[in-house]
Amino acid sequence: MNPPTFTATPLVRRKLRQERLARAVLAGMVLAMVLPLAAIIAYLVVQGAPLISWSFLTQNPSNGMRAGGIWSALVGTIYLVVIALLVSAPVGVLCAVYLNEYARENWFTRLIHLAVVNLAGVPSIVHALFGLGAFVLFAGIGRSILAAALTLAIMTLPVVIASTKEALAAVPMSFREACWNVGASRWQTIWKVVLPNSISGILTGVILQVSRTAGETAPIMFTGAVFLKKIHDDTLFPYALTDQCMALSMHLYTVTTQVTNAPEALPYAIAVVLLGAVLLVNAAAILLRGLLRSRKKW
Amino acid sequence: MVTPTPKISVENLRLSYGHKEVLHGVSFAIAPNEILAVIGPAQSGKTSLLRCINRTVEFTPGAVMSGTVRVDGEDLMRMADVYGLRRRIGMVAPLPVGLPLTIYDNVAFAPRCAGLTAKAELDARVETCLRQAALWDEVKDRLDSLGTKLSGGQQQRLTIARALSHDPEILCLDEFSIAIDPVTTMRIEDVLQELRAHVTIVLVTNLTQQARRLADRTMFLWNGDIVEMADTDVIFGDTPRDRRTFDYVNGVFG
Amino acid sequence: MSVPPASPARQTRSALALWGERAVELLIRLSGVSAVLFVFGIFLFVFIEGAPLITDLDWSKAIFSPDWYPTSRENVRYGVGAMIIGTLSVTGLAMVIAVPFGLGAAFFVSEFCSGTLRETLKVVIELLAAIPSIVWGFIGLSVVNHLIQRFLPAPVGLNLLNAALLLALMSVPIIVSIGEDALKAVPDSYREAALALGATRWQIAWRVLLPAARNGLLAAVLLGVGRAIGETMAVLMATGHAVNIPTSLFDPIRTLTATIAAELGETAVGSPHYRMLFLIGLMLFTITFAVNLLADLAVRGVRRQ
Repeated sequence: MNPPTFTATPLVRRKLRQERLARAVLAGMVLAMVLPLAAIIAYLVVQGAPLISWSFLTQNPSNGMRAGGIWSALVGTIYLVVIALLVSAPVGVLCAVYLNEYARENWFTRLIHLAVVNLAGVPSIVHALFGLGAFVLFAGIGRSILAAALTLAIMTLPVVIASTKEALAAVPMSFREACWNVGASRWQTIWKVVLPNSISGILTGVILQVSRTAGETAPIMFTGAVFLKKIHDDTLFPYALTDQCMALSMHLYTVTTQVTNAPEALPYAIAVVLLGAVLLVNAAAILLRGLLRSRKKW
Repeated sequence: MVTPTPKISVENLRLSYGHKEVLHGVSFAIAPNEILAVIGPAQSGKTSLLRCINRTVEFTPGAVMSGTVRVDGEDLMRMADVYGLRRRIGMVAPLPVGLPLTIYDNVAFAPRCAGLTAKAELDARVETCLRQAALWDEVKDRLDSLGTKLSGGQQQRLTIARALSHDPEILCLDEFSIAIDPVTTMRIEDVLQELRAHVTIVLVTNLTQQARRLADRTMFLWNGDIVEMADTDVIFGDTPRDRRTFDYVNGVFG
Repeated sequence: MSVPPASPARQTRSALALWGERAVELLIRLSGVSAVLFVFGIFLFVFIEGAPLITDLDWSKAIFSPDWYPTSRENVRYGVGAMIIGTLSVTGLAMVIAVPFGLGAAFFVSEFCSGTLRETLKVVIELLAAIPSIVWGFIGLSVVNHLIQRFLPAPVGLNLLNAALLLALMSVPIIVSIGEDALKAVPDSYREAALALGATRWQIAWRVLLPAARNGLLAAVLLGVGRAIGETMAVLMATGHAVNIPTSLFDPIRTLTATIAAELGETAVGSPHYRMLFLIGLMLFTITFAVNLLADLAVRGVRRQ
């Protein structure tokens, strides 16, 4: 109970009641979002679980996507993610280095900042239109893994930039000044001190990015993903850059909306695999971030 | 005692950050192998002055510098290799900054940036500098532990070792003794006395006694203007030219 | 100890190192500019593909008419009025749900809990943000659809309400994380001053933080709106995708984004229908550009304080 020295007046009691109520309502709101969602995900897992097996993951779809597994879609998604990452990670990290380490306060920097903010807000379907117009048609790459991955890369760029910038800004200014004072150039300072001490944050951002790329559907629909394409296991790289490919996200869309008479569990199983992959990568990034934070060097 | 070719000469140096001018046209010259003490209350432009001398002030957004600063008669603003200039100057900041590298790498950082790669030479350089900064005995067995994990006083001496590591001609110390105990301070002051044989030293300090012990001449900087610059004996004597100098030195204000 | 430093001979870096450094810095600057080029490129390419139709179109009809018959033989009509209303209604309804819940959660995470609970909630919200939109769409189609049909007096489960619920859940993470940043940016001294006056945490949240973090919270909401307007796959699967001006929560609708996603694959490159879809994309680009610009201005307002 209350300590003896404190006598609650009616006003104070009312205040405390109000406080408890507010807390309960807000907590209720959070629960009202999280619990149903957890239930839904559990439902998906229960529905999809019977189908998920090693052979489901490693077999090509067959019988008009009604049987077999998701192997070619899984590989296609990995292709798209890795290639998109190979483009967006270097460009995004360098862009963030420019913004955080080189750019001065002027209209041009402001313009770049604005561009990054707006790039992050462009709807995914508009990215798809851009990819179709620029890569598939204008650049003449055609509908292919390359065109789709480039579209994804540009779409994911702003997040890489934002997270990298944050990681760079977390390195104290005094480190940079100490380096400049002994005659290190800007780049030497960045390369030897700033980047090594922000690499963990940069990596986390990039990994988080991977998980988002893997789930995207709209940008690849018209630039390189196809309904059905089987791959052969006897080669190390079953897809060529100019091939079209299947992707998990696209596969889920197709099976749900275009394929009739598919087994009921099939879309659930695909959704669970996709969701599981995305959340696993995400959780890994979050764990990594926690681990690296605890091993900070200063 | 200004000689015909001063080590550093400053003419009408103005510096402003945005609309705020912090140095209002200061002019002075420092002779080779001299120790110049710069004293003055906080916010009077002492640190800014040092940052002008090695041009790191350029990294501050909005900093505008005018006037001329010459090192060995060469105009600072016309130097092509600003990094080469900074390697001729050792700079010690008031708050110790151990880079998040090993102790060894901290000291070897500048020589490596300058392009030195020979291991034996680096080893020798590191040991010499750590000895000069009176840190060698404490860290010689753990050169590969992190510089940031040292105590504040040790980090400050690490900073000094780093400032000496590229063999500077000019050493700027900005209130180096804030974070170190008196005994270590005395040891470093001894080092400074030895270094003066081949190094010119600019010593910004709030400890007037330290200026008195070390400096040949002393400059009293106040609100971005040089109130008085003269032989240390004069500044700390009974008859400095300016009344404010006497008041500051004797603790009436500041 | 009194040994003077070895030789005064300072090393100079090799020409190769200097040139390498210059090359890297050039690359960095190019990457910096690239963001601007990409945004401009997106506008340009979408514009180029849509442009030939701009002059041929009766714009007042195109924007206000609900008649969308792009493949009709006799009388082709490109009216996106119904889709604009569809996009607005689903976004609006989603925000009606997401704003109170999102801001409530932001307040809860930032002000009403601490330690492990806070860290856990932040991770949960981060994971929530990671769920792909196609999976949301699938949830709408396979779960929410049946729930609505069973528990609500609706003939079909794929409708405005379904999509709005999904969009709300999708935009909540953004609102929470940006909103929390905005609350974190309010100096602790405000909280302490109010605490010293005997205010409860609720009073602080309501009377002090809400006004002080106003701009940041506004930005959070605007970014949520931007996310909802631009969402494609989830609304494509959950709205019912029927060109229709909704009169109730249970009416199926169609959005601008979903129209592009559903029809672009079936149009011939260069046909008027294809160009019209790019013009819709241009509209979306412009709308989200404006929304993001506003959000950015609001955030800047916060920083200036």
